[in-house]
Amino acid sequence: MVGRQQPFDALLSRRAMLKQTAALTAALGVTLRFTPHAWAADHPAMGTFPTGASGDTVNIAASVPRTGTYAVQGEDELKSWQLAVEHINIGDPLLQKIAPKVKKGLLGKKVNLLVADSAAKPNQAVQEQQRFINENKIILMTGSTSSAVAVALNHFAQREKILYVTGISGSNDTTGKDCVRYSFRQNFYGETAANAIGPVLVKQFGKNRKAAFMTPDYTYGHTVTKSVNEYLSKNAGWQMVTNQVSPLGTQDFSQYLTNIANSGAEFLINVNWGRDAVLSIQQAKQFGILPKMTLVVPYQLPFLAKETGPELTAGVYAATDFWWTLEDKYPLAKMFVEAFYKKYNYRPEWGANNAYMSFAIWARMVSEASSFYPPDIIKQYEKGITFPSTVGEVHFRPQNHQLVRPVVIVRGKAPRDMKHNEDYWEVVEVVPGESLMQKPDAFGCSLGEYT
Amino acid sequence: MINWPTFVSQLFNGLVLGALLALISSGLTIIYGMLGVLNLAHGAMFMLGGYAGWLAYTQTNSFIIAVLAGSIFVMLVGVVMERLIIRHFYSRPHEDQLLVTFGLGIVFVEAVRFCFGSLSKAVSAPAGLVGITPLGFMFYPTYRLALLGIVGVALIALYLVLYRTRIGMVVRAGIEDSAMVDALGIDVYKIFMLVFGIGAMAAGFAGIVNAPVVSIAPDVGESILVQTFVVVVIGGVGSFPGAVLGGLIAGEIISITSMFNPGYSYVMLFVAMTLVLVLRPYGLLGTAARE
Repeated sequence: MVGRQQPFDALLSRRAMLKQTAALTAALGVTLRFTPHAWAADHPAMGTFPTGASGDTVNIAASVPRTGTYAVQGEDELKSWQLAVEHINIGDPLLQKIAPKVKKGLLGKKVNLLVADSAAKPNQAVQEQQRFINENKIILMTGSTSSAVAVALNHFAQREKILYVTGISGSNDTTGKDCVRYSFRQNFYGETAANAIGPVLVKQFGKNRKAAFMTPDYTYGHTVTKSVNEYLSKNAGWQMVTNQVSPLGTQDFSQYLTNIANSGAEFLINVNWGRDAVLSIQQAKQFGILPKMTLVVPYQLPFLAKETGPELTAGVYAATDFWWTLEDKYPLAKMFVEAFYKKYNYRPEWGANNAYMSFAIWARMVSEASSFYPPDIIKQYEKGITFPSTVGEVHFRPQNHQLVRPVVIVRGKAPRDMKHNEDYWEVVEVVPGESLMQKPDAFGCSLGEYT
Repeated sequence: MINWPTFVSQLFNGLVLGALLALISSGLTIIYGMLGVLNLAHGAMFMLGGYAGWLAYTQTNSFIIAVLAGSIFVMLVGVVMERLIIRHFYSRPHEDQLLVTFGLGIVFVEAVRFCFGSLSKAVSAPAGLVGITPLGFMFYPTYRLALLGIVGVALIALYLVLYRTRIGMVVRAGIEDSAMVDALGIDVYKIFMLVFGIGAMAAGFAGIVNAPVVSIAPDVGESILVQTFVVVVIGGVGSFPGAVLGGLIAGEIISITSMFNPGYSYVMLFVAMTLVLVLRPYGLLGTAARE
C-alpha cells in the first residue's frame, strides 16, 4: 500500500539535513575519540596487524647477544630496553619528555618485552623473531649488537612487515644499501664516526701519518674502516700501511699483531668491537705495539676501558654515541643516567642509551600517530619532526631512516685523573650530526614499499 | 715477497699457539682413546681452569697458586663428572655421549656467567715475565716465550706419565684394547676415572696458563674446542704424539697463512684436515684399531 505522498521539502528539509549531518559527525567524532581500535577497521591486515594490537597488551621482542663476543654489550642493551618498557608502562617523566603523548602504556595498552639470545648470529636472530611473530604476534622487533644481525633483521622486517628498531649497529649499510622502509636506526655509524673523529685526529697529530687498521670481517668492520681511511687519506694524506682483517670471535691476535709490529705504522686504528677489541688491545700491549703506536678507536664500544683497564685507554681518542658526563650538558641525559643508575647501580654507556632512546622514540611515533598500523607509524617517523633526546634536539632523515644526531668525541682519562671508578673518558667535543652525514642517496639506500 | 722478520715471527706465533693446542688436544685425545667418549665439555673445562685460577689469583696474587688451583680444580671436576655422569654413558650410543657432554659444557659456561658475568677477567703474568724480549731478529712478548717452555714441560710430564710409568702403561694398553685390560684383572673403571681426571687437568692447566695471554670470559673455550677437534683429527684420534704433532701443524698453518691473508688462515686449517682425512683417514699418527 502506498501512503499519502508528502511534499519533498517536508521529508528532507535543508535544516533537517544539516542537523542530521552535524549529529552524525559528532557521533563519529566521539566514536573515534573513545574507541582506540577504530583504526583497525580502516586498514588492511598486514604483518601481525591488527591481531598483535587487539588485546590489552602488545608484545615486542629483542633478539640480543647474551653469549659470545658481544655478550657484555648485549646484556647492557637489554637492561635499558627493560627500563624503557617499564617507563612506557608507568608513563615516566623522562619518557614523557621524549614522547609527551604516552600516558600509562601505549595507546592504552601495556607493552611486554620478550627476549631471546642471538649470540650475535644473524640466522639465530631471524629464527627467534620468526618464532615471536608466530607465537606472540609481536608488533616491534629490536636487537643487534652486530651489523650483520641488523642487516639481516632489516630485510626480515621488510618481508614480514613488522617494524624493527636496530640495537647497536655501526655499518654504513644498515641505513645505506641495506636500508628498508620498516627499519630505523638511532645510533651513529661508520661515516659519521669517521667525519667526526677525523678532524680531531688531523688537528691533534697532523698530516701524512702511517696507520695500521684492525678490522673485523663483516659489514660493520669493512664500512667503518673504509670511511675512516677515506677521510684520513683524502683530507690529510694519511696512509694505511696494513689492514688486518680478523674473523669475529678471534681470541689470539698474535698473527695480526706481528704483521702490524713489522708494518712501520705510527697509529693503530682498531675497528674491532666487543671482546675482540678488548683482546686485541690487551695483546697489542703484550707485543709492545702499545704504547709505541698511538691507539685510536673510531667506533667506541661500551665497557672498553673497564675491561682493558684505564691504563690502556688513557689518551686514546674515540668516537661514541653517548658518555654519561653529558648529563652536565643535557637535562634528559641527566634524567636517564639517574634512572639507570638507580635501577642497575652503574652508569650507562652508549649501548644502553641507544636502547632506551630507540624504544622511547618508537613510543613517541606510535603515540603521535595514534595508531599501531605500521605504515602510519613509519609515516610519523618520516615527517622528520625535531624532538628532544638525551643528546639534544634530533630528527629522522626520511630518505634513509637514520636519526640525525651528534657524535661525541671522547679521550681516555689517565687513572690518576679519574674521579671515581666509572670516570674513564672525558668529552672532547660534541659534533652536530647533519654535517657528518653522507648525501641521502650516497650509500645506495632504496627504502622499499609500505605495504 | 716474503718479509723474513715477519715470517720468523709468525713461525714463533705458530709454535706458541701449536703448543697450547697440543696440550689441550692431548687431554681430549687420551679421553677419547681410552674411554671412547668424545668430550664436548672439554672447551668448557679449559674455561673452568681459567676461572678457578683467576679466583685463586685474586685471593693470593700468586700465579703459581693460580696454576695449581686451575689444574687441580678441573681435575676434580673431571673425576666427579666421570663418576657421577659419564660412566653411565660408556655402554650407550655415541650420540648420547655427545649430547650429555655438550649439555654439561653449556651448564659449566652458564654457571660461570651467572656467578661472574660476561666481562673479561685478566690474570697478570708473573712479574718477571711481563714485557717484551729482544731476540735479535725480533721482539717477542716475554710471557709468550715462557708459555712455550711451560707448555713444553707440561707435555713432557704428560709423556713421562703415559710412557714411563706403570699406570701410563695400563692407560696406553687401555687405549689399544680396554676389554683385554679388563680381562687381565685390572680395574679398568678406576683407570677410566684417572684418565678422565688427567685429560681434564690438561685442559684446566692450559686454561690458566693461557689466561695472561687471552683474558678469560665464559665463552673462551668455545672456539678453542673446534680447533682442538681439528688437531685431534689431523694427529690421529687417541694418539698422544699425534695430538702434539697435530697441534704444532695447526698452529703453524694458522700463523703462516695469516701472514699472506689472515682471512684464509682457518680455511687453510680445514683444508689441511680434509687432506688428512682423504689421504690418511685415521690421522697422521692414528691407527685403524682405535676407531
